[in-house]
Amino acid sequence: MLTLRTSTIALASALMLVACGQKTETDAHTAPVDSAAAEAVADYAATLRSQLLDAQPGDVIEIPAGNYSFDRSLSLSVDNVTIRGAGMDETILSFKGQVAGAEGLLVTADNFTIENLAIEDTKGDALKINECKNVIIRGVRTAWTGEPKTSNGAYGMYPVQCENVLIEDSVAIGASDAGIYVGQSQNIIVRRNRVEYNVAGLEIENSIGADVYENIATNNTGGILVFNMPNLPQPGHTTRVYNNDVYENNTRNFGHPGTPVASVPAGSGIVVNSNDKVEIFDNRIADNKTANIIISSVYSTGYEGLSTQDDFDPYPEGIFVHGNELSGGGNAPDGMELKALKTLMFGLNGSFPDVLWDGYVNTEKFPDGVLTGDDRICIDNGDAEVLNVDMPNGNDNPVVDTAPHQCTLERLPAVNLDI
Amino acid sequence: MKRFGSLLALIAGLSACSSEQVVPVFHADTNPETLSAWGQVTINGGALDLSEGVMPYDLNTPLFSDYAHKLRTVWMPDGTKATYREGEVLDFPVGTVITKTFYYDTPEGPFDGLVLKSATPDGLPDNQLGLENVRLIETRVLARRESGWIALPYVWNDEQTEAVLQRTGEIKRLTLVKDETMEEATEFAYLVPDVNQCAGCHATNATTRAIQPIGPKARHLNGAFTYDTGTENQLAHWQTAGILTGAPAPHMAPRNAVWTDTSESIDRRARAYLDANCAHCHNTVGAADTSGLHLEPDDPYGPNLGICKTPIAAGTGTGGRHFDIVPGDPDASIFTYRMASTNPAEMMPELGRSLAHDEGVDLIVEWIESLEGGGCLSDL
Repeated sequence: MLTLRTSTIALASALMLVACGQKTETDAHTAPVDSAAAEAVADYAATLRSQLLDAQPGDVIEIPAGNYSFDRSLSLSVDNVTIRGAGMDETILSFKGQVAGAEGLLVTADNFTIENLAIEDTKGDALKINECKNVIIRGVRTAWTGEPKTSNGAYGMYPVQCENVLIEDSVAIGASDAGIYVGQSQNIIVRRNRVEYNVAGLEIENSIGADVYENIATNNTGGILVFNMPNLPQPGHTTRVYNNDVYENNTRNFGHPGTPVASVPAGSGIVVNSNDKVEIFDNRIADNKTANIIISSVYSTGYEGLSTQDDFDPYPEGIFVHGNELSGGGNAPDGMELKALKTLMFGLNGSFPDVLWDGYVNTEKFPDGVLTGDDRICIDNGDAEVLNVDMPNGNDNPVVDTAPHQCTLERLPAVNLDI
Repeated sequence: MKRFGSLLALIAGLSACSSEQVVPVFHADTNPETLSAWGQVTINGGALDLSEGVMPYDLNTPLFSDYAHKLRTVWMPDGTKATYREGEVLDFPVGTVITKTFYYDTPEGPFDGLVLKSATPDGLPDNQLGLENVRLIETRVLARRESGWIALPYVWNDEQTEAVLQRTGEIKRLTLVKDETMEEATEFAYLVPDVNQCAGCHATNATTRAIQPIGPKARHLNGAFTYDTGTENQLAHWQTAGILTGAPAPHMAPRNAVWTDTSESIDRRARAYLDANCAHCHNTVGAADTSGLHLEPDDPYGPNLGICKTPIAAGTGTGGRHFDIVPGDPDASIFTYRMASTNPAEMMPELGRSLAHDEGVDLIVEWIESLEGGGCLSDL
């Protein structure tokens, strides 16, 4: 027992040393050589936590240039607060040493603006904004440094169940799910962002009324996704995706098996899944090796027998594609089945056409299996062709069949964002 | 800082020596810097004493917090009482102060960072907590003001004489040991939440964002507690003590199972556990309603309870599994993966633990095994 105690005490002293060495998160920062400057940076990291806690409505919290380290997540729950850095490459909040918290910054407050800073290497999501009205994310960079890795956090910018969302001039890199993800929200503009090396570059999910334009999506697994998932309070519809550059989204899928995006084939440009009323126009979409545009049902993502709410609508309807510049792509699809299909239909050196449709139709609503009226999938895009891969019949009768899709739909209204 | 500490000790010592009785205080609009200013629990000799009128209580099935023990108390100003509500937290009057002191048993000798994984004590028969081989970590205060509830974390000093307000929270490095043989020692980072993180759990409605207590609901309180006067059902005891009105006889009130009570069905034990550990976020209006997963006891069996439900935003939390719960197959269920994980990106709950609750995981494993079903995808 005596010897035991000794070793216990020795261990404990070691622990104390560790404990003292890591007394505050600010000690862990990896800032530069100049010790005075380093100390100032360290102090500021602790200060920021207090500022967020003590914020009053109307406050602007300015974070000077510097690299600040945190070992647990930050949060803000006060309305009408702006967090502003000195630039997305100057003010960096690093969570490399994070030991607690599921995100970098969690915001549960209305009228929130965050701009001109970066959030790096969080364990989970970088910036999560839950159930908020009037959100502006501007000039923010969320990134996981290094190669794209499955162990990276899920979402970069993640407003969910929000109303009035503006995300602009931002950069999202390395998310193992989606770089920019707007979920279960209403009235959204996502513009002039760059999303790169994420599984999903930019995703609008179960949201109502979104305009996505002038973004650059490249080197993701899938560039821009418009999805509906089952078992959620709000099904989404009415999204316009236009004037974006969506090219070379050919990064291997490094998503977590089991997540919805894990089923997205590498080489997907713009993907509509189970969503309704989506207008895709005037984009430049190029060299996405599976297909430049994919229109599909949740049924073709490997969940045919899925347990869902009774009222979930898994069929993409009212999809209108027009005026896009489409080039390249479809030449090296991801996955054995698609590869085989491509080779079978178009030869080793051939390519899928620009638009892949999985072929699922709600046969209760359309007994002939043919979509009509406002529910049609209309491809009015020059010589772009549609491949129906006939998933409902196990790919028995895949066919390039563009004629039924040569139609137009009423244009969707622009989002009017009054923040 | 050192001088400040000894000054505090001196003050605490003085108050302990004075014959004046400590009385509970409700602070209507200021946040006192010290726990003792609330007068709810005080160090007296070698024990943490409850002041006159401060009622200790326990929950049938509590939230797991890194194997810490919790001493819960409630106090209401003279002449006021809580009003019974069946499904939600009791309606407490303005002036109510609730405290929860987190502590561990420790091996004999001076405290050296080691804390014991020991059985939760049963009740509070001496109406005080003896401090021999006990380490006080923090005491969280919930107070009901005119404008609503506020939550404040107080961290105990090394001398265990006073706890000081720590609004920005803190990480305590501790080592959990099974016993004094030091086998199975696990270092962990105990998190004292910051004030916003308090709301992360206590704002159980993510739309109103109002903070409220989580534990003192009828179904959690409806069980026996050992007081200094003997063992009694808590709802009945509160009613008799005059701090609760409107409660039906205990057998008419909802009651969660005690999760360790194997005389109860596995379903009731598991649902009680999920209620206490998950439902403060996973309810139809909570912060996790974004997931579509609802885990209150009366939420129906189906996809929204996780049965064959695909995840929405689980990220790395899926552990490569496809469904929240695959009936009959815990190893294919995301539930058990996230409960057993200690990676902040994937663990559930997201906040409030950095260790896995092995016994809790075992319970949910047993529950999922008991669910009937042959996998989640229909054959095509």
